[in-house]
Amino acid sequence: MEAIALTHAPAHGHEEEYTTTGIPHDKMGMWVFLCSEVMFFTGLIGSYIVLRFATPLWPPPASVLNIPLTAMNTFILICSSVTMVQALAAISRGDARKMKLFLCLTLLFGATFLSIQGVEYWKLVHEGFNPHVSLFGSVFFTTTGFHGFHVFCGVVCMAFVTGKAFLGKYTQARHQGIETLGLYWHFVDLVWIVLFTIIYLI
Amino acid sequence: MVTGEHKTPNYMAIFWWLAAFTAVEVAYSSLLPHSEKTLLILGLVGFAAIKATLVALYFMHLKFERKSLGIIVGSTLILGVILVSVGMAEHWLPRP
Repeated sequence: MEAIALTHAPAHGHEEEYTTTGIPHDKMGMWVFLCSEVMFFTGLIGSYIVLRFATPLWPPPASVLNIPLTAMNTFILICSSVTMVQALAAISRGDARKMKLFLCLTLLFGATFLSIQGVEYWKLVHEGFNPHVSLFGSVFFTTTGFHGFHVFCGVVCMAFVTGKAFLGKYTQARHQGIETLGLYWHFVDLVWIVLFTIIYLI
Repeated sequence: MVTGEHKTPNYMAIFWWLAAFTAVEVAYSSLLPHSEKTLLILGLVGFAAIKATLVALYFMHLKFERKSLGIIVGSTLILGVILVSVGMAEHWLPRP
């Protein structure tokens, strides 16, 4: 079936691309990518659950992991999600100054999350808890490490988008890049919400 | 640009709900005796599901998107649940 893509400028001045699905191509692409990411993390979380149920002597997470520190890190990632969505809301109403401010804050929160995770890893390794010390150590570092890598990729992309924002590349009519990156960023936050509960609290 | 026009949600209200649920989760986990495993798991998974739903619906704007996108995402989640359930079945089902 031939895809029909039409571009037109509606009365309110927004230049929007209309497709057969009614969803812009880059946004649809990001959603399909995120669906594949759901399966990726489901594989990791599923492995964790299966291994945990199969192992009779699993240490209580609170006895090994620093829950208050990670709870604070969870709060920081939630803060980054709200600043990201506020950046999109700001440019949607034409406020470029606030968009830049919120993008910078998101970048800062993302970098802070990674720094705290780095400190957590450093402390754990120095206390003797590392990927090859136990099954828990192995799945903990694999799962949280892959999530951390996703946050790192998000921070790199965020730096790029923030740079473009300061160069004035986003306007009220054209800001799809911010929404697309925002989807990825919120997904990373969503995955952390699940990981924090399953790995740290249960 | 979210597909279609919609009223901007109150993002700060969503943020405070997420922060509150995180605090409740941590308190629930530390206060509930770990012998109450089923209650602990059900409660915490419930809180996490509510938080994840809030992020997906309001921050990712899934609530305001077309139904077709919801079907795509929903199918993925169903497949994810099946994947984990099949893995868990090894422990739930009686061994031959």
